[in-house]
Amino acid sequence: MAEKIIFYILGAIIAIFSIMAVTSKQIIRSATYLLFVLIATAGLYLLLGYNYLFAVQIAVYAGGVMVLFIFAISFTNRPGEKVHGEVPVRKLIAGTTAAAGVVFCGYIIYRNIRKVTVLVQQYNLSPQKLGETLMGTEKYQYLLPFELISILLLACIVGAVMIARKR
Amino acid sequence: MMLLNYSQPLELTKLIKWFDNLLRASLPEFWTLLIEFVVVALALLAVYVVVALLLIYAERKITAFFQARIGPNRAGKWGLLQSPADMIKILLKEIIKISRSDRFLFFAAPFFMIVASFATFAAIPFGQSLHAIDFNIGVLYVIAISSLGIIGVFLAGWSSNNKYSMIGAMRSGAQFVSYELSAGFALMTIVVLSGTMQFSEMIEGQRYCWNIFNGHISSLIAFVIYLISGHAETNRGPFDLPEAESELTAGYHTEYSGIMFGYYYLAEYLNMFVIASIATTVFLGGYLPFEIQGWDGFNQIMNYIPSYVWFFGKTFVLIFLSLWVRWSFPRLRIDQLLNLEWKYLLPINLLNIVLMVLLVLTGLTLKDLFGIL
Repeated sequence: MAEKIIFYILGAIIAIFSIMAVTSKQIIRSATYLLFVLIATAGLYLLLGYNYLFAVQIAVYAGGVMVLFIFAISFTNRPGEKVHGEVPVRKLIAGTTAAAGVVFCGYIIYRNIRKVTVLVQQYNLSPQKLGETLMGTEKYQYLLPFELISILLLACIVGAVMIARKR
Repeated sequence: MMLLNYSQPLELTKLIKWFDNLLRASLPEFWTLLIEFVVVALALLAVYVVVALLLIYAERKITAFFQARIGPNRAGKWGLLQSPADMIKILLKEIIKISRSDRFLFFAAPFFMIVASFATFAAIPFGQSLHAIDFNIGVLYVIAISSLGIIGVFLAGWSSNNKYSMIGAMRSGAQFVSYELSAGFALMTIVVLSGTMQFSEMIEGQRYCWNIFNGHISSLIAFVIYLISGHAETNRGPFDLPEAESELTAGYHTEYSGIMFGYYYLAEYLNMFVIASIATTVFLGGYLPFEIQGWDGFNQIMNYIPSYVWFFGKTFVLIFLSLWVRWSFPRLRIDQLLNLEWKYLLPINLLNIVLMVLLVLTGLTLKDLFGIL
């Protein structure tokens, strides 16, 4: 009962602010609306009992990525200025692509949602278990993908340093 | 548990249990929980405000002491009514609307700051059974939520339509983002030592040997680094670079007035308290009294002092330390500040984690060496 009410509130926040993020004329406001969407998503994780995912969502997306977004936006040329509308042809193409995306995602969700009858709530997912899953080498443990991603990120950092380096 | 058999007459556990049972006896589950949530939230809000008022008074008095002045002494006995009077004044002030600024972001920004600070405040264990949320990832939760405050600073700087505010916000952002790393790593060192991220388990593990003694060298380094970076995160003391009267006026909150400025002010003080209380919980045994294994008479006496007194006492010592630092060291320049973090604290911190892992794996912690529970 209470969980349903909270879920609907969070869902409404996500839906409304997602639309506002793409329709806003000012880019910094879009970023702020996106931040609300990300925080509400973290709320959904909390509702499911995924505490760890909740904290990571807040730390990485709300605290990290959004700060970078706002930093980057304030370095752009005249960040406060309103964005002009696009030409009709581009609007049409963008609209078609977006509609196709909605249909595609909707189809996948509709097909798969019927296979799941009950979503298991993971209230006792301990950090120790998560650590073993990330760093273990046995079945259902994912050391190799974890390390591969870390190499990818390292490559990104080296690339960023190369670009930003003074000649 | 045998350890808990000392008599503790002044604890609030019985009172809370009695209140819970009373509600459960007369109301269905849903309403019981609803009432309890509201009561807990109101209690936290009240504590939040009272702590802020006390801190502002304490800061003024202690600052005066360091500068050989008297401090507030007109309003009420020893100037005790000074901070309530200031609070009323700030509530009555006009909220000025800046022309040609982004109104929505301008008024939304202080709320990020205050919400982030209040949400971390809720995760602090103030005493036995005085603990609102006890996540199994408590430490991570605190680090994550406190990182939201910086968005408030950025939006304030940007939406004020003022270049001084913008530069102040940029400085504050750079400072916060870098020192957050150090604070997080210092806490992670202790997570390695205690093997859990849950605050209640962490405190329970420190009954006879606080973490700062348990991990000796490594814990001490982590403690000092946490205090430095926590101090820098709150933009205070020798690290108050976003505020520079001569070049930047008051930094990112220059354009705010009335209660909107009050939010930033409140959040700054409460962040100082939050940093001190996390340090207390993680390093100094939280609300547990100082006990020595085997000295039952001594432990009994220590246990007569209630846990919340221990908690606030330890926290106050750390706050006093932070004020001492604030008025004893000269300010750093922004490049010196970033050098300190990226060239000294961060490498030391990374080595320190490795050292702590080695200490734990080879059984060289004090608990292992002396067989303490």
